[in-house]
Amino acid sequence: MGPFKNRGNKATKAGFGEGLLEAGKRNPDVVAIGADITSSVGVNLFADAFPDRFISLGIAEQNCMGVATGLALEGKIPVFSTYGVFAALRAADQIRVSVCYNNVHVIIGGAHAGVSVGPDGATHQALEDLAIIRVMPNMTVFSPCDATQTRWAVFTAIEKCKGPVYIRFGREAMPDFTNPDEVFCPGKAQLMIPGDDLTICATGHLVWEAIMAAGQLSELGIHARVLNIHTIKPIDSKTIIEAAQETGAIVTAEEHQIIGGLGSAIAEIIVQHNPVPMAFIGMNDRFGESGPPLELMKKFGMSAENIVSESLRLVKEKKEG
Amino acid sequence: MIVSHKQTKDVKYLREIATEIRKSIVQSLTEAGSGHLGGPLGLADVFTALYFSILRHDPSIPQWAGRDRLILSIGHVAPVLYATLAHAGYFPVQELLTLRKLGSRLQGHPGRDHGLPGLELSAGSLGQGLSVGLGMAISARLNHQTHKIYVITGDGELQEGSNWESAMAAAHHRLDNLIAVVDRNGVQIDGRTEDVMQLEPLEEKWKSFGWQVESCDGNNMVQLLEVFEKVQDAQKPTVILAHTRMGKGIKSIEGDYHWHGKVPNADQSVDFLRELSGIPVDMRQA
Repeated sequence: MGPFKNRGNKATKAGFGEGLLEAGKRNPDVVAIGADITSSVGVNLFADAFPDRFISLGIAEQNCMGVATGLALEGKIPVFSTYGVFAALRAADQIRVSVCYNNVHVIIGGAHAGVSVGPDGATHQALEDLAIIRVMPNMTVFSPCDATQTRWAVFTAIEKCKGPVYIRFGREAMPDFTNPDEVFCPGKAQLMIPGDDLTICATGHLVWEAIMAAGQLSELGIHARVLNIHTIKPIDSKTIIEAAQETGAIVTAEEHQIIGGLGSAIAEIIVQHNPVPMAFIGMNDRFGESGPPLELMKKFGMSAENIVSESLRLVKEKKEG
Repeated sequence: MIVSHKQTKDVKYLREIATEIRKSIVQSLTEAGSGHLGGPLGLADVFTALYFSILRHDPSIPQWAGRDRLILSIGHVAPVLYATLAHAGYFPVQELLTLRKLGSRLQGHPGRDHGLPGLELSAGSLGQGLSVGLGMAISARLNHQTHKIYVITGDGELQEGSNWESAMAAAHHRLDNLIAVVDRNGVQIDGRTEDVMQLEPLEEKWKSFGWQVESCDGNNMVQLLEVFEKVQDAQKPTVILAHTRMGKGIKSIEGDYHWHGKVPNADQSVDFLRELSGIPVDMRQA
């Protein structure tokens, strides 16, 4: 737990690549599938180290997903990484029937998450992948918050998980701040900052923004609890219900459409068990656009300032009861 | 009742088994009350040739690592796979009557989560089986295993573009342990394949993708055994275009695409079973 210090900006995709390489060294059954963009999704390290265990299949995501299924049925641990928009959407039916219905241990890397992809623009900014992926039965969904945690998420997916796993990560260099020695606990919300006035549940890049927001709120005398929801599925219902009971208000923050993502997943739990006022930070049902990553996050309302203002509104609402 | 997994080249015996499998298909679909009759009947000879003559497998050890894998991509013809597996000894033939029923291991489209022995893949959304077979073929090569991977596809199914992604990749990786069988019956739900979406020239398509292409009468046991023997030593991925007749074995429905997604009623079922048993028409009318 904090205080958190940024050791230097690093892309989460780099954490994915490093994790895959190390897992590959530890386990000869790990194989990787490439759909042309291997260096931009962090798989090039593995491909260079283990050319015999790297399978190039070209720009053909549907086939990649089926091949991964066949490899997994035979006991290999295939890792297929591509941009989240292509992994989760173009090959969605293959994920549903081949991967998830067969419940095979396939690790899918969803790169280029969120508007922080930047200049590539709307087509390549994955903002719908969590909504699509988390409805798939048998699927585990990780959305780690920095490069260090992404590396851990890859180990965990390969070495501890059994069925299909989707790991979401980004392109832009972002603060790297989690403890490298802290074991990744799948399915557990990670308490980043304690507090009782409200809870900020964040995932991916927005965990850092949530930590920044909590700092600003604390100067105003408001103590926000910050939870890093690095596992979107299975989600940590217990910790989230406790947070609702103990803090009475929840802000969710994600670099994803508000519809269907982390906020929706948390609302599904809260409305059943302990309804409290909620606010949703995320993309508001529209496409992204080209621009510098941090400016895009500001433009679309996914930065620390937005978390602060929504938190203040919720705390006020809570007090007015 | 024929229950055996001893592989044989005895064509007369294999034809008898194919007939038993056809009867089981009719019985199970009649009992189910829904499903596809035409395709499974057309494929009975292909499945008989594979499971009773060609495949290396042992129904008493379904997960034997050295077995040849058979992937059914066209999940809707599951009744022919189920009937064949049952007659080969993977599970009791009687269980075929649970097809499509609540709690059955015999799902409408194959589902591994129900624990049916001998079933390699849950499938049914078209265009996915070949990719999975490709993954299995790559795994076999990585593991230095010598078994083959057979993938049964439909012809209408080849309209799904994902098949051609797989076709391209199989040739690129020179997967000589992969054998696709296309059920070339020429019909799909809306009618003739060539009317719905032209597939021809189909041989040339596969050849241009880098595959070895073979053709045979998919309802002729002698030709089937010959072609399967011939492709065992192929140097590249191989596709067998098995020209079958939808509904084969029951004259009144052979080649009729209306029977793609239909099952017989009780009366029709009795007639069909008698015809398959070789009972003459005049006796049936008596």
